[in-house]
Amino acid sequence: MTTADPRVELRDIDLRYFTQEGETEAVRGLSLQVQPGEFVAIVGQSGCGKSTLLSLVAGILEPTAGEVLVDGHPVDGPSPVCAYMLQHDYLFEWRTILDNVLIGPEIQGMNMAAARDKAQELLRRYGLGEFIGHYPHQLSGGMRQRAALARTLCTDPEILLLDEPFSALDFQTRLALADEVGVILRREGKTVVLVTHDISEAVSMADRVIVMSKRPGRVKAEHTITFANGGGERPTPFEARNKPEFQDYFNQIWGELEIHVGA
Amino acid sequence: MSALDNHASEAGGMTENAARTPAAPSQMYVAFLRRVRLRRHLIVVCQILLLVLFLAAWEIAPRAHWVNPMLTSYPSAIWPAFVEMLGNPDNNILHHTWVTLVETVVGFTISMVFGIVVAVMLWWSEFFYRVIDPFLVVANALPKIALVPIFYIWLGDVASIYAMAVAIAIFITILMIFSGFRESDVNKIKLIRTFGASRTQILRRVVLPANVPVMIAALKINVGLALVGVIVGEFQAAKAGLGYVIIYGSQIFAMNLVMVSITILAAISTAMYLIILVIENRVMRHRQ
Repeated sequence: MTTADPRVELRDIDLRYFTQEGETEAVRGLSLQVQPGEFVAIVGQSGCGKSTLLSLVAGILEPTAGEVLVDGHPVDGPSPVCAYMLQHDYLFEWRTILDNVLIGPEIQGMNMAAARDKAQELLRRYGLGEFIGHYPHQLSGGMRQRAALARTLCTDPEILLLDEPFSALDFQTRLALADEVGVILRREGKTVVLVTHDISEAVSMADRVIVMSKRPGRVKAEHTITFANGGGERPTPFEARNKPEFQDYFNQIWGELEIHVGA
Repeated sequence: MSALDNHASEAGGMTENAARTPAAPSQMYVAFLRRVRLRRHLIVVCQILLLVLFLAAWEIAPRAHWVNPMLTSYPSAIWPAFVEMLGNPDNNILHHTWVTLVETVVGFTISMVFGIVVAVMLWWSEFFYRVIDPFLVVANALPKIALVPIFYIWLGDVASIYAMAVAIAIFITILMIFSGFRESDVNKIKLIRTFGASRTQILRRVVLPANVPVMIAALKINVGLALVGVIVGEFQAAKAGLGYVIIYGSQIFAMNLVMVSITILAAISTAMYLIILVIENRVMRHRQ
């Protein structure tokens, strides 16, 4: 594992926002590595700069100091290697589901005939085969988020940046979809960085959970998540929730997050 | 299908859906539907009644000499006046209507196109927007009708009418469309930026399509304002057009001419409104 070059590397990142009211130090001295094929979850309280990390990796934000490397190369703008999945689906209501999925290939100037086949294939695989020509408002929340996943995967990215992708869904849909997405991404061997404030989501899906401190954000703790299941495959997110280790990880991370209600 | 048949089919084919949409609507539901339909009919009847009352009052009041017929004309005089003007080669009403219509369509088309172009420029450059903003606000607040005599002197009898239509409609168009652009969903923009979208791609694939409803709303306002501009322009400058007929008719005390023109204007406004409504329904069908 240590011999492989990291797919994503953040070196000593500082990030500040400037406004007329003052400056905000969002991230200070943060370093992080993600190996190819690894699923890393970042948890932290709201406002700790965890979403900012994804914007840095995606190349839509530049650090004030430090380096962001993807496959060993410094990031200098959005690249087709990374794809982003946001809190809401942000499907364009004026496009059909198929055309929504094709927005990435369109922008990146890919071969549209091939992209169309791929998009249809993805939508079929995620149970949306019948809804290819539908418009977003005709789909349920879970279906819309699955369409968003197809849109994210349609450009065939190596790295997926997931920014609380299930937080807007109701509880049952969230569990079901997290399970589905976890299985899909592992099967496709993608490198994933998931940002969430939901500890159980992080523990159930990721290989490694990184706990961030309050602002300015730094790495406070790291946990490699393993489940004893006799050398078989990693349990699916849904199964993982029922493992005895799950509660231990949860409690430990909960303690580190220093969540004080009403403090 | 009779109620009896409905009951039979319900008993025969009970499906999962039957719970949600029973094959035979309940009596209360039928009564509900009847009430809804009745109410809709009542509204139409009242609207027709109101129109008839208005026309009747207009017809009777001058005939009974409650008001001076010289001032109001009669509804029954409008049709003959219209027919008379159809056959009049010097003062053909169709010609006047056509002139006004063309001027209005050209006016709001120019306003829409330039309005969108300027809004795009403002969206493109925050700096440009900051610089130009106070001027736009003043230009929008200024009563444009005050400019009619100046436009006439500067631009002559034809161009001043188009200028008036554009002057009245364009500023509000710019402000409306630009504020729509500004309120475009930042997350949709973020989304396509992560795919590497350029500013032109953001404009073409998010900002413009997302604001089609705003543009239609602007068009609705625009059409009415352009018509106002054209009529006001014609009052001052024209040798033709409905605005010209209205001024001419009032000067020679031919109220029939004035009333015919106003009736045609009402018809033009309604027709344009309906056309936009059709476009709007078509565009909005998939948006929620």
